[in-house]
Amino acid sequence: MKLQQIAIFMENKPGHLRTICRTLADAGVNITTLSLADTQQYGILRLLTDDSAKAQKSLTDAGFVVNVTEVLAVEVDDSPGGLLRILDIIGENAINIEYMYAFSHHREHMAVMVFRFDNPDKAITCLQNNDIKVLPAIDILKGSW
Amino acid sequence: MTRDDIPSPSIFHPASSTDYLPVPQLQALQLMRIKETVALAYHHQQDGLLKMRMDERGIKPSDVKSLEDLRRLPFTVKTDLRDTYPYGLFTVPREEVVRIHASSGTTGKPIVVGYTQSDIDVWSDAMRRSMLACGLNEHDVIQVSYGYGLFTGGLGAHYGGEALGATVVPTSGGNTERQIMVMQDFGVTAICCTPSYFTHIAEKAADSGVDVRKTKLRVGVFGAEPWTESMRHRIQEDTGIRAFDIYGLSEIIGPGVAIECREQSGLHVFEDYFYPEIIDPETGEILPDGEEGELVLTTLVKRAMPMIRYRTRDITSIMTEPCPCGRTLRRIRRIGRRSDDMMIIRGVNVFPSQIESALMRIKGLSPHYQIIVTRESGLDQMEVQIEVTPELLGDRIRELEDLQKTISHAIYSTVGINAKVQLVEPKSIARSEGKAKRVIDKRGI
Repeated sequence: MKLQQIAIFMENKPGHLRTICRTLADAGVNITTLSLADTQQYGILRLLTDDSAKAQKSLTDAGFVVNVTEVLAVEVDDSPGGLLRILDIIGENAINIEYMYAFSHHREHMAVMVFRFDNPDKAITCLQNNDIKVLPAIDILKGSW
Repeated sequence: MTRDDIPSPSIFHPASSTDYLPVPQLQALQLMRIKETVALAYHHQQDGLLKMRMDERGIKPSDVKSLEDLRRLPFTVKTDLRDTYPYGLFTVPREEVVRIHASSGTTGKPIVVGYTQSDIDVWSDAMRRSMLACGLNEHDVIQVSYGYGLFTGGLGAHYGGEALGATVVPTSGGNTERQIMVMQDFGVTAICCTPSYFTHIAEKAADSGVDVRKTKLRVGVFGAEPWTESMRHRIQEDTGIRAFDIYGLSEIIGPGVAIECREQSGLHVFEDYFYPEIIDPETGEILPDGEEGELVLTTLVKRAMPMIRYRTRDITSIMTEPCPCGRTLRRIRRIGRRSDDMMIIRGVNVFPSQIESALMRIKGLSPHYQIIVTRESGLDQMEVQIEVTPELLGDRIRELEDLQKTISHAIYSTVGINAKVQLVEPKSIARSEGKAKRVIDKRGI
């Protein structure tokens, strides 16, 4: 259920994101989705890819500082109140969201959000108990949910 | 030697027995040698600098009758070597000089030093005894990664290693991949280089999948730049070797003036060759043992270029307690500061070593850092750049911001100055293959 997210430290320098994308392209790694958190000095780029082990290795070899964290991809009803339902479940169970970002593609009536929870295992149980779909890595990679 | 003079068997090491001379005997030896050295320099210095200064004070070599009398003699300073460039302080005909070394000055002409064959022998012996003190012996394979050439580091360690009977591998500095290959393939057990170059070698080894802990390397003899106790802990923890501090300077002889023993608590000065004093750098007055001041050294057996009361600019103190290792040679505290290194930032005296020890107290922090001093609208700014490591990087900005605060706080609590902490990418700080450049002062002062 848990997805391996790659976090990369980036100084704010022109062409930096390009270098990262070039490295992944050369390694034959496909970026599924990404989000960037930034400050004035630096940022952290978070990536989901089709091969996190290969992504981590190629970026480390290219001299980047890389960290792997676990996130969940959760199906969200693409209608008013869709995200609210998820947040209610999470809130009632006292789980914290560290951050979240959206998936780049979605299918009819359903969006997919990436969540970084403080307690991913508990989140999986709570969401599934409420019939919310937490997508396995394989589905994400195939785009087949 | 009389029977009483022989050190007790538990501490007696035949190969370095001079290290254990009873103090009265050592002092008698020192006095005899000081007299000879003063007479040699007084009568034979080519430019007659010492004679001129002693004559001005109305002192003759025969006035030196005790170790205390040494304080009546004038100091020698670094500019004296520049002013007498190249051979003015030599005391033997050039034909007797078998080796010249020189240290690159940051400005103008280098400082030139010369050695007779007996000086080379003394130096080799001091380095041999240094290596013994670090636990090395004839079974060791010693990689010398100090630069070979005009710099004293390479050849000094080389001759010492050979005098010890060890196998010496003269890799010199640079070509780090080859250093790692040699270390692995030749079964290297000890390495001599600057501590900053060793951290670079270790980093590069890790990058290429070489675990230093799995090599035979067990001892590092590190010197030629100030480094801190916290850096030692970092190196020892990261690589599993024992890291020893060695002290020396070309003006006196090169590396091998003082060395740490297995206690790793202060450096024993080879007092039978070099006589240490600590002075107040402002007044020039001698300070009692235990008090911190500038180290002043007098060579006791050097022939080609004896040095009388050379002001090293290094700040330390002579330790008063005897060392548990049994050596009677007095110890100086490891030198973290040179009076030359001091930065004055917003009127506060800051030494790079203070910043280093603040940084190295933070777990997981990279040993690669740089201090950049600038002046913005008349106000000094200190920026500390430090490389982010995978252990420190989470996936949240908050963690990095907390890290910056921790670093900033550690620096503030050490030096009392707010530093801007800049996190930078790995390998973005230039690596040194010799002496690290830790400070970039852009103030133009």
